[in-house]
Amino acid sequence: MSGTYLGMPAFPEAAREAVNNKTLRGNLRHATHTIRAKREKAVAEVSDWAELREAGKRIKDHTLRHLDRYLVQLEESVTAAGGTVHWAADADEANEIVAHLVKMTGESEVVKVKSMATQEIGLNEALEAEGIRAYETDLAELIVQLGKDRPSHILVPAIHRNRGEIRDIFEREMSEWGRPAPEGLTDTPAELAEAARLHLREKFLRAKVGVSGANFMVADTGTLVVVESEGNGRMCLTLPETLISVVGIEKIVPTWQDLEVFLQTLPRSSTAERMNPYTSTWTGTTDEDGPQHFHLVLLDNGRSDTLADEVGRQALRCIRCSACLNVCPVYERAGGHAYGSVYPGPIGAILSPQLRGTASEIDASLPYASSLCGACYEVCPVAIDIPEVLVHLRERVVQGGPVVREGNKVVLKPAKGHAAERAAMRAARWAFSRPGVLRTGQRAASRTRRVHPRTLPGPGKAWSGTRDLPAVPAEPFRDWWQRTDGGKEGTK
Amino acid sequence: MSSRERILGRVRRALADTPGEDAPIERAYLREHGDRGVEETVELLAENLADYRAIVHRCTSADLPATLAGMLAARGAKTVLVPPGLEPAWLADAGTEQVPDRAGSTPHELDRIDSVVTACAVAVAETGTIVLDGGPDQGRRRITLVPDHHICVVRVPDQVVSSVPQALERLDPVRPLTWISGPSATSDIELDRVEGVHGPRTLEVVLVDSQASEDVNS
Repeated sequence: MSGTYLGMPAFPEAAREAVNNKTLRGNLRHATHTIRAKREKAVAEVSDWAELREAGKRIKDHTLRHLDRYLVQLEESVTAAGGTVHWAADADEANEIVAHLVKMTGESEVVKVKSMATQEIGLNEALEAEGIRAYETDLAELIVQLGKDRPSHILVPAIHRNRGEIRDIFEREMSEWGRPAPEGLTDTPAELAEAARLHLREKFLRAKVGVSGANFMVADTGTLVVVESEGNGRMCLTLPETLISVVGIEKIVPTWQDLEVFLQTLPRSSTAERMNPYTSTWTGTTDEDGPQHFHLVLLDNGRSDTLADEVGRQALRCIRCSACLNVCPVYERAGGHAYGSVYPGPIGAILSPQLRGTASEIDASLPYASSLCGACYEVCPVAIDIPEVLVHLRERVVQGGPVVREGNKVVLKPAKGHAAERAAMRAARWAFSRPGVLRTGQRAASRTRRVHPRTLPGPGKAWSGTRDLPAVPAEPFRDWWQRTDGGKEGTK
Repeated sequence: MSSRERILGRVRRALADTPGEDAPIERAYLREHGDRGVEETVELLAENLADYRAIVHRCTSADLPATLAGMLAARGAKTVLVPPGLEPAWLADAGTEQVPDRAGSTPHELDRIDSVVTACAVAVAETGTIVLDGGPDQGRRRITLVPDHHICVVRVPDQVVSSVPQALERLDPVRPLTWISGPSATSDIELDRVEGVHGPRTLEVVLVDSQASEDVNS
């Protein structure tokens, strides 16, 4: 994934700073609570939400199970419709392909539709290195790009900024990139949106190359789908002469009909709308309408490795709605930057360590960036059991074991720093498999319960600093059961 | 080895543990929500369009030319873009200068035009959506994007369906489609919806009743 995040500290360290930032916490709280209530209302409007969710899950599972077949089918249908398909095993290869395609047009600038895949591979930086300027056109991405900032949310990358901060960024930076902000710009959202409209207009009208991702790719028709709100997507998809779409290989759905599920669940889950303002679909090229050259870059970049994990592969069902971020108590407090990835929040905590592996400090810490409350699973429109995958990845970090990296089977060593945890688990296993030892231990614990410390000493200190140790009962359950014949003879 | 072979090989190895065939996908969800008559479905469309800040008009086909002329005049539009196959009678009463869309017209030229009038392919009541499929009376995708004012004529009840599944059934995926639900908007500032960014900031939808003879203007 992108080099932007190299050297990120582990989650707890990165989050500490964010948690102490009052403005940030206020901004996040306001935004996530606004959208939470609205999402609930939008979902409650459809009586068959549970069935739509189940169908979405099954369609995605089915697709993943036959992904090779559907990829080949998609390639055929896109090619038949006049598009050109490229395959990129990793970020570098994808960036090279896109840079090459742009250079072939003779252009040195591109307009971009908001896309997670191109964020993930660090496309803008790679293009910059080749002398090509990429203009982000989504309002939030524009705010991030102008502010030389990093995205902190899947749907609203500038969620950590409030209107006042956005105004300041526009006023300060717009002139560097093109048309300056209007005189006397205030912080009302409508005026800020107008400023973005004016700033980007000239770029859209002169653009010769557009770069996008896609929300869905339909295997049997070769159709790509982009779901958006502002119209910047439509601008990039229809005005340029060349369109390059970089899309993760998991974004396939088998048939046109399958869209009927996701076009209902995605808008309600992401922006809490019955339908987002604009959805564009295109199949290859169309004479005299839109780009006459269309390139699709299919991106692996860790997805096939993720697919190899029986438990973890469900993360590939994700349709990037970001509902899990908006309900997450950890995300609400820590913000998106602490996750050290373009994919923050609960989905990021299971996606990043799988796409990138758990070798770095940040990736090894991400499975722990959760209280396992399960709110993310509840709202997920494709029913990804995020807590299940988090626990699975914790196990992998602590115990190590076989995984697939870049297509090769490797055996991970247990991570450092979990020695006490492993020792405790070993001791527990030893005791639980010896009834006599367990009984003696439980009785000893009951008798000494008055002198138990409230917090653990030594390496357990930090752990018990945020947790209450359970109170030990006066008598072990099994002794009580035996003494009272299972409660029949009255207690005590 | 090409990247194509490498990726497909990785995918196949990753799936080696899964059984070959799986159960067919169960589609237990509804084809449409609620039980409505034709007129109620049209009402719902009008309601949902308005809820997302589209301006909704209703008229009979006989009144359509006058209605469109009135809307363009009220807007103060000097020029109106016309897709090649738009019913000529629709704009017969309009005093606004009509600009036919040409394949060669540049984005800058389109940007100088005030309004655009199109038909649509289908409209979805439950979501308040109109869908354009680039048919002759709708034109190229860009003509409903660059001008700031879009008037879309929906023939009711023929072009109205209840739900997204019903709409997809009617549409041809080979054609480039644009699904429009209200004017351009954004939720990017504090996750609050604001109308009016890059697409047309004013969307007016005319529901023209192809059956009723009397005016049901509302």
